[in-house]
Amino acid sequence: MKNVNIKIDGKSYNVPENYTVLDACKEAGIKIPVLCYHPDLRQVGSCRLCVVEIEGQRTFQPSCAYNVYEGMEVKTNTKEVRAARKMALELILSRHPMDCLNCERNTQCELQDLAADFGITEVDFALQLPGYDIDDENGIIVREHDKCINCGRCVRACQEVQTVNALEFHKRGYEKIAYTTAGKKLQDTTCTYCGQCINVCPTGALHENDETAKVWEWIEDPNTHVVVQTAPAIRVSIGEAIGLDAGFLSTGKLVAGLRRLGFDKVFDTDFTADLTIIEEGHELLHRLKNNGTLPMITSCSPGWIKFVETFFPDCLDHVSSCKSPQQMFGALAKTYYPEKSGVDPKTIKSISIMPCTAKKYECNRPEMKDSGYQDVDVVLTTRELAKMFKVAGVDFAVIDEEKYDAPFGITTGAAAIFGATGGVMEAALRTVYEVVTGEELPDVNLTMCRGLEGVKEATVQVGDIPVKVAVANGLSNARKILDKVRAGEADYHFIEIMCCPGGCIGGGGQPRPTSPEKRQARMESIYCEDAQMEIRKSHKNPSIDVIYKEFLKEPLGEKSHHLLHTKYTKRDSNR
Amino acid sequence: MACCNVDVESILNKYSPEKGNLMHILHMVQDASGENFICEDCMKKIAEKTGVPLNKLYGVTSFYSMFSTEKRGKYVIRMCESGPCHVVGAKDVLEAFKSELGIEVGETTPCGTFTLETTACLGVCAVAPAVMINEDVHGNLDPSMVKGIIEKYK
Repeated sequence: MKNVNIKIDGKSYNVPENYTVLDACKEAGIKIPVLCYHPDLRQVGSCRLCVVEIEGQRTFQPSCAYNVYEGMEVKTNTKEVRAARKMALELILSRHPMDCLNCERNTQCELQDLAADFGITEVDFALQLPGYDIDDENGIIVREHDKCINCGRCVRACQEVQTVNALEFHKRGYEKIAYTTAGKKLQDTTCTYCGQCINVCPTGALHENDETAKVWEWIEDPNTHVVVQTAPAIRVSIGEAIGLDAGFLSTGKLVAGLRRLGFDKVFDTDFTADLTIIEEGHELLHRLKNNGTLPMITSCSPGWIKFVETFFPDCLDHVSSCKSPQQMFGALAKTYYPEKSGVDPKTIKSISIMPCTAKKYECNRPEMKDSGYQDVDVVLTTRELAKMFKVAGVDFAVIDEEKYDAPFGITTGAAAIFGATGGVMEAALRTVYEVVTGEELPDVNLTMCRGLEGVKEATVQVGDIPVKVAVANGLSNARKILDKVRAGEADYHFIEIMCCPGGCIGGGGQPRPTSPEKRQARMESIYCEDAQMEIRKSHKNPSIDVIYKEFLKEPLGEKSHHLLHTKYTKRDSNR
Repeated sequence: MACCNVDVESILNKYSPEKGNLMHILHMVQDASGENFICEDCMKKIAEKTGVPLNKLYGVTSFYSMFSTEKRGKYVIRMCESGPCHVVGAKDVLEAFKSELGIEVGETTPCGTFTLETTACLGVCAVAPAVMINEDVHGNLDPSMVKGIIEKYK
């Protein structure tokens, strides 16, 4: 990469030629205000907040979408530039409710922060709201159009990162709106509920349906036995959500905090992640031995499941029949757990803490009632749990670490890495290798599965079978792989797909704002936890042996089939 | 949404299924509807054939005011509201259309014959104020001419 010499505010810098002016300013320690810019997305330069003066240019240019060139001279802090940015912000605010106390994003809103930075306390333009109704019928994602500033980040995330196209800009000019097909409710569109639109939204226009009130109510009720499970990706992100560093590993404090909130039992989804590996590993071996449909594709990620049901219904035979760890847990929490503990399953409410908005959808799927009750009653995102911790005054800096409750408390490193892209594949290979060969895996760290790249491929020698695998994260990458599967060009045996960029660490329920650096920090923390675990292979988890002995009998057996496996529904993509 | 009786397949068969043909297809389907709109069923068929996601198609049709996904009259009256027409009395002409038809801008007469809309510059400023009724342009208008123009289309 060639470098170029530029001047920013009179000082000289030498920067790579592929930098935008915004990139160069960032390195120079100049924070340029942005709204439509997002590091995960293609830049469009539409909000005009990042404008700068470039020598020789007639008008101000958006620094996020303007490349550096040799000899460029940039001014970022003139009276005119400051005035132009402030005007752009005031115009945006003239169509925004300015009702911050009533907003889900209060104190965590990019627009509010910028208004404060610019010292804006009132706007001279008359307030004009579009007057759209709130769309919250789906119970998962809430859209409040009147808070939308048309930055288009959600549209780009939905179309380019996820290739779902549930959102698109409709109309133009003053009437422009990020909208669904013919203005339909979200549940009548192709939306996968991945929540990536929420993750990139700078305001309160998009957020999850807050279900904390229901959970507080159950906790308060002495006749309700409230159990909670925590997904692998929560322990590396909950700290961040309550103000600590990205990637802060807080497993023990998370458990302690949940006990302080008043949950009767604090369990770990990692246990059913281990169980998933056993069931899914055996399913893969069964398919390999019996000429079953290959490649087999993982099924842990409910956004991915709705995506494949919608856009590749002809490929559903490739998808593992295993439920996700959340739903396996839910089914066991109201069958095996009552059997063991004597608690009446009628009185159990099963809550899960997930990095994910699609999990809210998954737990309400009509087939997820194999225990005889709704298997998982409520899913809370990382952000919702953070709200509960804040209101209860749980201070992670002080509280001591605690351990998960039995019988869903002993877990492995293999389960821990489920939260990052490639983790399920690595965990599965650790087990499949040893089950097939009967030998110990020479190195438990299968690093070819790791990393944030969109698509990874590898061949792993398992005994005399060269097992070809692929790993994809983000639905645009999933689509690339599925196009190959559909065309019969995918000669893989096993594919892992996670819906969100980076896997669950980048899930739609995770702390905002998100960035590649934050996902990297969360991922490193996940592998750090794996390395610290005493047991790092799912089939070595002693609680897994116990549950098969006491309850499930055998992998892919009758009970497993009933409680741990599921089926899928073909959906219409043309809507 | 009500459906039309357009033979959308035969229109789609005339064009290769690429994005570049989208505008032609949309115009053909809308013109064939007789009600100046493209129904949801047609939108779906167009999306399927061209490979353009349905929501993107709605993005296109809502961006261009010439397209509508709601039923309109047999004749769409588009009154120019740009500067040159405005300064020579477009507003009065528009008022005349409103009172003659008994509808507001954006509405359709109960008989389904006329829809009244406003439009950006029609490019015929030399004959301002101007109106476009389907494909016909009428220029040098004053309010007294409105009744006669409407009669021609009844």
